[in-house]
Parts: sequence; C-alpha cells; structure tokens
Amino acid sequence: MTIMEERAATEVGAARRRKEDARLITGRTMWTENITLPGMLHLAILRSPMAHARITRVDTSAALREPGVVAAFSGADVAGVQGSLPCAWPVTEDMLLPDHPPLAVDEVRHAGEAVAVVVARDRAAAVDALAAIEVDYEPLPVVTEMPAALAEGAPLVHADKGTNKAYTWIFDSGEAGTGQSTEATFADAEVVIKRRYVQQRLIPAFMEPRSVVADPTGDQHTIWSATQIPHILRFLLAVVTGTPEHKVRVVAPDVGGGFGGKLQVTAEELITFLAARRVGKPVKYTESRSDSILTAHHGRDQIQDLELAARRDGTVLGLRVRLLANMGAYMGLVTPGVPLLGAFMYNAIYKFPSYRFECVGVFTNTTITDAYRGAGRPEATYAIERMMDELAVEVGLDPIEVRRRNWIAHDEFPFDTVAGLTYDSGNYEAATDKATSLFGYDELRREQAARRESNDPVQLGIGVSTYTEMCGLAPSRVLGALRYGAGGWESATVRVLPTGKVEVVTGTSPHGQGHETAWSQIVADQLGVAFEDVEVLHGDTRTSHKGLDTYGSRSLAVGGFALVNACTRVVDKARPVAAHLLECDVSDLEFKGGAFRVRGAPADSAGRTLADCSLAVFAAHDLPEGVEPTLDAEATYDPANFSFPHGTHLCATEVDTETGRVTIRSYVAVDDVGRVVNPLIVEGQVHGGVAQGIAQALFEEAVYDADGNLLTGTFVDYTPPSAADLPDIVSDRTETPAPDHPLGTKGVGEAGTIASTPAVVNAIVDALRPYGVDDIRMPCTPERVWRAVQGGDRS
Amino acid sequence: MIPAAFDYTRPSTVDDAVRALAGAGEDAKVLAGGQSLIPVLRMRLAAPTVLVDIGAVAELRGVRDDGDALVVGATTRHADLLRDPLVAAHAPLLAQATAQVGDRQVRHLGTIGGSLSHADPAGDLPGVTVALEATFEVAGPGGRRTVPAAEFFVDFLTTALAPDEVLVSVRVPKRPGWTTHYEKFVRVAQAWAIVGVAAAVRRENGTIAEARLALTNMGTTPLRAAGVEEALTGAPATVDAVASAAGRAGEGADPPTDVFASAGYRRHLATVLTKRAVLAAGGIV
Repeated sequence: MTIMEERAATEVGAARRRKEDARLITGRTMWTENITLPGMLHLAILRSPMAHARITRVDTSAALREPGVVAAFSGADVAGVQGSLPCAWPVTEDMLLPDHPPLAVDEVRHAGEAVAVVVARDRAAAVDALAAIEVDYEPLPVVTEMPAALAEGAPLVHADKGTNKAYTWIFDSGEAGTGQSTEATFADAEVVIKRRYVQQRLIPAFMEPRSVVADPTGDQHTIWSATQIPHILRFLLAVVTGTPEHKVRVVAPDVGGGFGGKLQVTAEELITFLAARRVGKPVKYTESRSDSILTAHHGRDQIQDLELAARRDGTVLGLRVRLLANMGAYMGLVTPGVPLLGAFMYNAIYKFPSYRFECVGVFTNTTITDAYRGAGRPEATYAIERMMDELAVEVGLDPIEVRRRNWIAHDEFPFDTVAGLTYDSGNYEAATDKATSLFGYDELRREQAARRESNDPVQLGIGVSTYTEMCGLAPSRVLGALRYGAGGWESATVRVLPTGKVEVVTGTSPHGQGHETAWSQIVADQLGVAFEDVEVLHGDTRTSHKGLDTYGSRSLAVGGFALVNACTRVVDKARPVAAHLLECDVSDLEFKGGAFRVRGAPADSAGRTLADCSLAVFAAHDLPEGVEPTLDAEATYDPANFSFPHGTHLCATEVDTETGRVTIRSYVAVDDVGRVVNPLIVEGQVHGGVAQGIAQALFEEAVYDADGNLLTGTFVDYTPPSAADLPDIVSDRTETPAPDHPLGTKGVGEAGTIASTPAVVNAIVDALRPYGVDDIRMPCTPERVWRAVQGGDRS
Repeated sequence: MIPAAFDYTRPSTVDDAVRALAGAGEDAKVLAGGQSLIPVLRMRLAAPTVLVDIGAVAELRGVRDDGDALVVGATTRHADLLRDPLVAAHAPLLAQATAQVGDRQVRHLGTIGGSLSHADPAGDLPGVTVALEATFEVAGPGGRRTVPAAEFFVDFLTTALAPDEVLVSVRVPKRPGWTTHYEKFVRVAQAWAIVGVAAAVRRENGTIAEARLALTNMGTTPLRAAGVEEALTGAPATVDAVASAAGRAGEGADPPTDVFASAGYRRHLATVLTKRAVLAAGGIV
C-alpha cells in the first residue's frame, strides 16, 4: 500500500533542457560514422566529372591491384541486381519516371553521379584507389536551366522520354468546386499585378554528412544510416533489392540534422548495401562535405509566374500561379510532390474566391531536388507575401492593412479554403497585433520617413510576412488522393517496466528535434511519472517496428497524438489491476497524478501507483480473471486533418545604398503553434528556421555553370551564414490550441523558414521603393542590391 | 576527403627546415598553421610528397621590439598576435586586419607567415604589409635575404619565395604620427574579402600630409593605390576631398569576377571602401 502525494501535470509547457543534448553536443554517441564493426571495410565512390555523357568504358582492374583493395566495380557490373532508386510520389498518371540506377550504367546525367566504387581495408586506401579506375566519357549536350530545357530542340536529359517535361499538374478552384473560376474574377478585376519570382536552388547543409554502414553477416541484414526515415528506408530497401522485408533491419542512430535533406533513399545507401553483400563483410561509407554538397539532394529551384487580381480597395479576388519546378536529372523519393505541398498554400491566410495553380516538372542535368525545410510551402508563402506587398503599393495601403482586409478572421474558423483545405483554427489578428507592438512598427515607419526625407545613404525598410502552413503530414486519405505511395499515420508504444519506469517507442525519427525530451514531458503528465523515469526509443526497426518517421512538422502533431492514446491505453490496462489491489470496483476508480484511488477518497488516502500495478503485473501471482500480465500498449493514429500553425514575422533592414549591403536591424517572430510542450524547443526551432529563411533571402544559392559544373561546391562558395551574420531574433507566441489534438499542439519545425524569407525581401524592397525598385532576385547579395539601386541589371 | 600520402618532418631550426626543403625538391611544402594547406591537401588539389612542419622552430615564433620596427616571427599565430601589446601599440592596422582573418578557430591555428606565404589575393594580411611597407626576412640554402612587401607578392598564390626558402619574419615599421584603418567587405562574417582596403594616413594641421593604401582582391596581388595616395597628399582633410581622391582607387586594378562579385562591382566597391577607410583612418567626419 502506498501513500503518495498527487503529482501535478506540469511537465507540458515547461522549458525543460533537452535530455539528449549532452551526448549530441559532445559527440559521445552513436553517430553512424562512429560505428566500427569487426572486419569492416570502407567504400569510396568515383563520381562523374561530367554533367551529361555516355559512359563508353569503365575499367576497374587496376584499382583491384592497389594496396588494401578488396573489391572494385562499376554500374555495368551490377546492372542486373542494383535496381532503381525509388520515387514514392508519381503525381500524375502519365508522369515520366525514368530509371534511376544507384550506379550509372551507360550514361551520367548530372555532375557527381556515382560511376564506380572501391572497397578497401581502410578509407584512405579506398580513396587512393579511385585514381586507378579508368572511365571513358563521350560528352552529351547539357541543359541546366528550366526555360532552356523546355525550349524546342533542347538537349534531352532522358533521350528515350522524348521531352524534359516530366509532368503537368493543375488545380483550379472553379473545376474543383472550391471557389470560382479565375477567368471570371480576372476579367472584372480593377487591379491585376503580374510578377515572376525565382526560388533559387538551395543546399540543405545538414551538419552531419550522410553516412552508411551495411552489415550482411547476420540473419538480418542491418543498415545503419544517417537518415530521417528508417522505416520508409526498410520498406523500400526490401522492395528495391528484393530482400525479404523481415531480413532487413534499418537503424537511424543519432542523426545530426536533416532539414528534409535526409528524407531520401539514397544511391549511397543502396551502393553500400550492394557492396557489403558482394564482399560478405560490413562496409562503411561516409561522404565528404564536398560530396554532400554536390550529390545530396538540393531544394527549391522554382520559377513562379504570378498574377493577382484585386479591387482598388485592396480586396484580393484571385490568384493564378504558373510554376516551373526543377526536378534535377531524376526523381527522388518525393521530388515531384514538393511543389504540390505548396499548391495548397498560395492562398495562405487569405479568403479570396478564385485560384488556379499549374505546375510543370522539368528535368535538367543537375542534382535532384527534393524536400528542404518547408518543401513547397516556403516558395508559396514567399510568392503570396511578396505579391501582397506589391498590392499594398499599387492600391496605396499599408502592407499590414492590405493583409487585414483579406485574411480569415478568428471567428471564421473552421474555414474551407479556395485550395480545398479546412483550416482548423487561428487568430491572425492577435499574432499580428503582438508582433507590431514588439517590433515598434509605427516608430520604425517614422524613422523610415525621416531617412527618406534626408536622403540618407542607409535606407530603412520594413518587411511583413504573415503565414500559415499545412503541417502534421498527413491524413492518409489525402495522401492517397494525391497519389503518394504511403500513408501519414504514426505510432507509439508505451511500456511500464516492473519497477515503474517507462519505456516509450516512437515511430518518429528525431534528428535534432528533441523528441526524447518532449515525449518524456508528455508521458510524465499522462502517466504521472517523473520526467527522468521515461526513456524514449526510436530509429531502430528492431525496437521501433512501425512508424513513418520525421518530416513535414509531423512528429508531435501526429506522433504526439498516438503517444497520448498509448498512454491512455496503458492506464486503462492498469485499471482492473488497481481495482483488484484496492479491492474496489473498476467503476469506482479514478486515475490522477500517477495513482489510482477510490473516487471521492481524500488525496492523501491510500492509492495504487502505476508502479504498484506494474510490479503486480510482472509477478502475475494474483491477477484478476482475464487480465494479461503486461502493462504495454500501442497506438497508431491517422490524423483527420492537417495542422495549421500560423504567425506574423516583421523584419527591419538597413540597406547601404552605396555598397548594397543589407543589415537586419531587428527581427520579430510571433508564431502560433498551438499549445506548446516545451518553449525552449519551440524557440530553438523558430530561431533555426528563421536563420535558414534569412539564408535564402540574403546568402545562399547553388549555382551551376552552363556545362553543369556546380560552382558553389564548398561552404566557402555557398556562403551559409553563421551566428555572426544573423540578427538577434525576438520570438514570442500566441496560443490558439489545435481543436482536434488532445494536447492542442500544432507543428513548428518549418514555420521559421516559411515565414522569414519574404519578411526579409519585403523589407529590402521596401527600403528601396524610392529608388523605383520593386524586386530583387534572391539571394539579395550586395551586388544585386547595389545594381537594383543603380536601376541597372536586376537579375 | 583524405589527403594523398606524404612524408612528414618536423625540424627544430630554420637551417634544418631549409635543408629538409632543399632535399625534397619541388614536391615539398612548408606546413605552418595548416589553415590553407590542409584544405588544399584534403581536396587533393595538391599532393606534395613531403611536408616540412616548422611549428617546432622556436626562432620563428613571437613578436619583438627592434627599435624603429616590430619583428613578427612567421609562425606567430593570429590569436597570439592579437594579444600582443607591442602589436597593439605599434601596428594597430595589423591587429585590426588580423582580427578579421577567418574565424576564431582559424585564428588560433593560422599564422601570419602562413597567410603571407600562401599569398591569396583575397587574404587580409598581404595588403596590410604592403600598405605598411613591411619587409620580409627569408632564409634559404644561401643564407638570409630581405624582400620588401611590394616585391614579395608576385602573382596569384605566388611569392618571391623559392621552393627551398622559408619565411622567417616580417619587419613592420613603427609609424608614429600615423593613424590607420582596415575596411573589409565580405559576404559572410568568416569569409575572405570581396574587396579590402588597408589605409594609413598622417595628418598635419588640416591636411593629409601622407597616405599609404593597399587594396585586397583587386588583382592577383595586393594593389598599392598610388593614384589615391597622390591625390590625398596635401589634400584638405575633408569628406569631399577624400571622396574625390578615392575615385582613383580602381587605377591599375584587374579584379576578378567570381561567384561572389563581378569585376565591375569590385571596382565600385574599391572606391567606396577606400573613402571609408581613409575617413576612418584619418578620423575625418
């Protein structure tokens, strides 16, 4: 019999320091690269220096004679067994889906494509022996830019397909019945604004380079990989290689960042698996940073042609989007679907009545594009938020006022959008009011006017970005309707151990998000156990046998729901045990603060904790009839809807008109991500996201030359910003709980990236309006800004 | 990536270092702080057969006062130079530029001699030594010789050092009565200069009596801005006069076009940054 104090449910909402950080920050953990297995060999990959060429000969025989070399082979040597890298999202019935061999067999289609490999006793020997492989290439014409790729007579990336146009996907609110036809609204519009925006190609630049260890020596073939998607990888490895699924184990040990860049089934994973099976020994491959930049999938790379129709009073009537989306040379796991994730977001927080979206996927001789933090939604948000600023200028309204006239009011939720989604909740007014007040909006506008008046060489600009996003991917029925190859459910298992400690298994796969901390906080409240008494297991298909992994701000929104359900089930399982121990009827019990008591009994009366129940279950000496000797429960949850966080970001930039240098003077982010489990984690996600969004606005671009060489092949050339280049970020929140989630949480992983890019560019353009500037192509480098001031080349 | 295999030697005297270099021929490279060489090796852009690590040569490290000049040993690390009171007192321009070399990690490993011998046109320190009219002491099999900064930088990544020579020290003249400024323009904080301007001026009454200016990354070697110096000499210490003189900053320049900036934009930047460098150096408002 236990007398206990009631434990209040106070973990959710507490700014807990992350329990996983000590090991992650010190590196005293299982990064894939840290894994060393007995007899392990090392793999090096010879990559194509050409962007497009026929391979006429590969000779690996000399490499085999190099010291330490165990095996060397080319694509032709494994053509029959290597399979094709999978694409899980054929967005249309007639989408072109070319073969994507992990090792190129007779043709390379982008610089860096894997051509041959060496397996050796140490990594240096493997790298050295690459020089002994002979490859003859017959150059083929190269195309890297989308307009050129679609032109008549363009070089074909896949000659057998006859075109570089991979697919055309259309949404039309008139046809879908979600709104009016744009034909009608544009015909009557008082104002029509047309713009072309370019979403430059970006490199995800996760901190830990990708790494794979494949061990074929056990009954199960085991793959450790720095991946976001161990479960999806296991399933697809089985499908692609024909290995029985139960003979494949995938482990994502601690993984150092992803940002969507590790949401992929990679050539390197397949090649390492293949090599290990050929030599019958464990094999490791870890990419260099240069290889990572060149060959890990890129993001964005879209050209957006936009037309917005409005009335003179600033009311938006419709939007037309014609999008070109660069696929790169092949289709990655979700490459074709990324623009579709944006398709539903161009209408953003606004309630205009007509919308049409047309997307053409284009093949080019470049590295594949695929998901990168936000995936489609940052592009869409950028487009509409830039257009709203253009509209404000056109109709002579303050940019916040023009948004206010068009956004969905807080009492209009749930709201059916013109793009066919149902927004569950939001309060755009509250977030915007809080942001403008923290920012000092009116004072900054006064200072801006004074600088304009005095012709100050350093002009001040104010950028507004209001956003919502669809996250919590995703309702399986919606994914099915969009022709995605899997569902969007998530799973959780909760096991109460005999001593009352708790093991949680999640199907999400954290790679920096802090799930171990957040899940522990939730379980602590649900079960009334201590935060420290919860262990969260993830990422190994042997312990976490079911899940759909981590991306699209889904883990808490979907996985957290499953977790709460599993906790509820555990409590329900313990109930008859507790009733038996307390010699009362189950219906007389209540569970509160970690203990069962007879309803109405005083708080200090005798109760039975979950630990009492778990010990009784473990002993199983005296269990009531029909009660299983286990306190484990599993739950799988498929969301009914997406989750729609939102917010308002404001940015003030100082623009030096003499040099073009942009300095962010202040940045305010007010995000509404529903109820917050851990404010420290939320703030970290916002800061990191804002930094990446600023990076797109000001710093980063992957540049190819006309021959398809990647010119930004190192961090020196790609210029990702460091802390020294970024402003202090003031982040705050409003909380509109998600009505359909037991915790009221939404998603936060991508919010900062989605909101910040247009806030920064809007601020730069706002600073330079007196100079006649209405756009600057991203990244807004000093030279581009200076040239815009000069009225010269704005490209 | 992993460098190709090489032999490694770590001599403890300058003579031994020179002997090691002479013995290895053209395929040897001097290793100091490794902040330029190691990345080059790792990317396999070079594959020397021998690395001569001069980190253990005591004579090469440290700063000493030599009357009318400071002598800075070649393997003095940037971070050590930044903490040195002699440098702070007598060569503030060198300190200001050194504080902007790379990032904190680079400054704790990289050395002044390594930066200068690498002769990257976008590096900060070559231009500073040119503006300050420093001289370099060089040791080779035939003994020691002195090379003026302006003659040390020969071409892109190329110096007056022979393959069997080692940079021993940099002699930086003290310039009492002069004030200085280094103006650097970068894409991101830890990056190389897109353009940089090292400026030293001496004011007399209301005029600029003398000026020394060198531009970073406006050609394959640091560029002494002789036209600007000429225009400034005797000019009134006013914003207008400086701005007018700075208009000549692009004279003789042959700046590169690369992923960071076009040649034309660099020419423009050179004039703006030169103006700002001189104004800051001269305390002119």
